[in-house]
Amino acid sequence: MTSPNTNKSTGSNSDSSAIPLLEIVDLHVNVEDKEILKGVNLTINAGEIHAIMGRNGSGKSTLSYALMGHPRYKVTSGKMLYKGQEISEMSPDQRAKLGLALAFQYPVSIPGVSVSNFLRKTVNAVRGRDIPVKEFRLELKALMAKLGVKDEFLSRYVNDGFSGGEKKRLEILQLSMLNPSLAILDETDSGLDIDALKTVSEGVNALSKADTAILLITHYQRMLNYVQPQFVHVFQDGKIVASGGSELALELEDRGYEWVTSEMQPTPGTGPNATKTSSSSSSPSPAVVGAK
Amino acid sequence: MSADLAPALNNKGLPESAKPELNKSAGLEGIGNDYKYGFSDKEDYIFKSGRGLTREIVEKISAMKNEPEWMLKFRLRALDIFNKKPMPTWGNCGLLNDIDFENIFYYIKPSQKQETDWDEVPEGIKNTFDRLGIPEAERKFLAGVTAQYESEVVYHSIREDLEKQGVLFLDMDSGLRLHEDIVREHFATVIPAADNKFSALNSAVWSGGSFIWVPPGVKIEIPLQAYFRINAENMGQFERTLIIAEPGSFVHYIEGCTAPTYSTDSLHSAVVELIAKPGAHIRYTTIQNWSKNVYNLVTKRAVAHEDAKVEWVDGNLGSKLTMKYPAIYLLGERAHGEVLSIAFAGEDQHQDAGAKIIHAAKNTTSMIISKSICKNGGRTSYRGLIKVYPKATGVKSSVKCDALLLDDKSRSDTYPTMEIDEKDVNIEHEATVSKVGEEQLFYLMSRGLNQDEATAMIVNGFFEPFTKELPLEYAVELNRLIQLEMEGSVG
Ligand SMILES: Nc1ncnc2c1ncn2[C@@H]1O[C@H](COP(=O)(O)OP(=O)(O)OP(=O)(O)O)[C@@H](O)[C@H]1O
Ligand SMILES: [Mg+2]
Repeated sequence: MTSPNTNKSTGSNSDSSAIPLLEIVDLHVNVEDKEILKGVNLTINAGEIHAIMGRNGSGKSTLSYALMGHPRYKVTSGKMLYKGQEISEMSPDQRAKLGLALAFQYPVSIPGVSVSNFLRKTVNAVRGRDIPVKEFRLELKALMAKLGVKDEFLSRYVNDGFSGGEKKRLEILQLSMLNPSLAILDETDSGLDIDALKTVSEGVNALSKADTAILLITHYQRMLNYVQPQFVHVFQDGKIVASGGSELALELEDRGYEWVTSEMQPTPGTGPNATKTSSSSSSPSPAVVGAK
Repeated sequence: MSADLAPALNNKGLPESAKPELNKSAGLEGIGNDYKYGFSDKEDYIFKSGRGLTREIVEKISAMKNEPEWMLKFRLRALDIFNKKPMPTWGNCGLLNDIDFENIFYYIKPSQKQETDWDEVPEGIKNTFDRLGIPEAERKFLAGVTAQYESEVVYHSIREDLEKQGVLFLDMDSGLRLHEDIVREHFATVIPAADNKFSALNSAVWSGGSFIWVPPGVKIEIPLQAYFRINAENMGQFERTLIIAEPGSFVHYIEGCTAPTYSTDSLHSAVVELIAKPGAHIRYTTIQNWSKNVYNLVTKRAVAHEDAKVEWVDGNLGSKLTMKYPAIYLLGERAHGEVLSIAFAGEDQHQDAGAKIIHAAKNTTSMIISKSICKNGGRTSYRGLIKVYPKATGVKSSVKCDALLLDDKSRSDTYPTMEIDEKDVNIEHEATVSKVGEEQLFYLMSRGLNQDEATAMIVNGFFEPFTKELPLEYAVELNRLIQLEMEGSVG
């Protein structure tokens, strides 16, 4: 088992390696006064791809919402540091401007707002300047061609009447235009047909650069065949209970989640720091179950 | 002259000026603070009537306009009706009863004569309309323009080719003077003086407005426009518009309205009559953006004969209280009527709007789409009537009212009335009230829009079925106005 972390993060970001792109420390999050996240630890460096897997309802989307700043997802304790800066108090648009972007598991529709108008306004907002129409068009058309999004979608209303797969494609088109430094993909692969999975995955890979990172939430191995994570984390009951390399995903696909829990608990005396899943310069031990 | 003005229309309550929101510095939240048409000009008038309404004022208006005897008689009869008729006992009676009719100026003549050359318009007035973008709009995309300032039209123009085709587009006073026969035949036939208290008031003191006559078969492809501006405090503007579309003709008329922001109220009470003869098509678009101190009580009604089509496209922003229910009487077989309206109510505003469609012939069809938004405690009401006469078989009608609330303080009500006296009809009615979705807001904000921008985008999307019916320039302007209304309004 390899530790792919070393391939990419060394060299490519030599001087920024001191500060991780994202550092989540013992994060607790409530929704409607119910604790959903119960101490998440996760560090992501520039240049890395992380995958999160885990059972339905284990809190994966909650983590993505908390990162993006959904008003109903309240951070009760812990830290979310983005490039060293605490983001818990920031509004979603401030976070977007810092470089975070979320491809939603369930994108909402905005009736009456055309995709082209929406893309222009949002991309201008995030980039902080009005891109000339022509330049914008060129850039957009090129990306649409790559992602297989047809022209007619530009005049349709955002996600209104879109099929499941069309919504996912639009999410990736948006992220491609926004160019985030941290792209969070919440089950982008769900609902995509086989060909779409391939084109969308290529789009996701294009988001991955030396100075950006990807956090990919998924239930299946299939997208990971195209977008290869260096780190795979298992989410359970509001926290990460296991981390490993890309082979962990294969093992999960094979064996399910049961073995993780059984081999995992109990782990007495595991404080927040002890469970911290690190992906920093010291590479993670492969297929570690829990933190020992 | 304005220095000695006593508190006017709402002198029963706290003077507007004492209310805290007017003392807020610029940039603080609240509708109206960024109302960009709120400036006013120094008053420099040829004639300004005293406050209040008397027989002498009505006679004076008629005399100054050199009107025929029948019109003076019509006015005086209307005055009697106005004096006798009680105030409406429905709608927002609290606000209505605050109107102090004794405190209003019923007639103000701003300049000596009407100009057809923009450069000849008196400097102050010209600057006002320049600031409002009127001549610019005319150059760009209009077939004809009139600009009304206080009681009189001060500027008027029409494209030569239309004039050659026989199209008449004049202010109402000139229409009466130059085409008395046509006016006399149609005037007040759709809305008699006695229709309601405010139509009676308008009939007594009307001045200005547009007169349009389209000859048979003539289709005017680009819009004619009128612009209405109230400048003086406590002004009452009572324009009167009459559009006659002869068989097989088409006309699109657009009106825009603004007024300065004063601490006491003004009254706008127009009467608009449309006559679509067999096979004719009239589209009437209004974008009103009155300041928050204007009572806007307008009677609009159309008749549509056989195979004719009438569309009211009605955008209600601004004003203190608007009561307006554009009506269409479908008198001939296969006539079609549409009322498409939006309303936006902010703090201390009530938009009471709706539509009335009367199906009085077979196979007539109609559609009503009403969309309203309120925020900061604003109130919108939809009041609608669908009436189908006996034997009017094959009637189809659909009504759709959607209200969007931006917060918990605001309120929206629907009062639909159906009077259906025929069985063979197909009527659909649908009404929804919703709140701006948290998930929509979050989605847009996660894409970099701040809360105001995100809300404005949702609101613009909500109004899109309306906006897409407007000429592009108006659509852009409306979206911009909505953006302004949103700024600093939420959070
Ligand atoms: N708004 C909410 N109100 C109440 N409970 C919520 C809310 N949002 C999330 N939860 C609960 O929090 C838990 C975690 O939900 P979350 O959506 O994060 O799961 P997930 O891991 O993304 O699941 P899936 O794989 O099905 O997408 C679930 O039990 C869910 O019911
Ligand atoms: Mg989820």
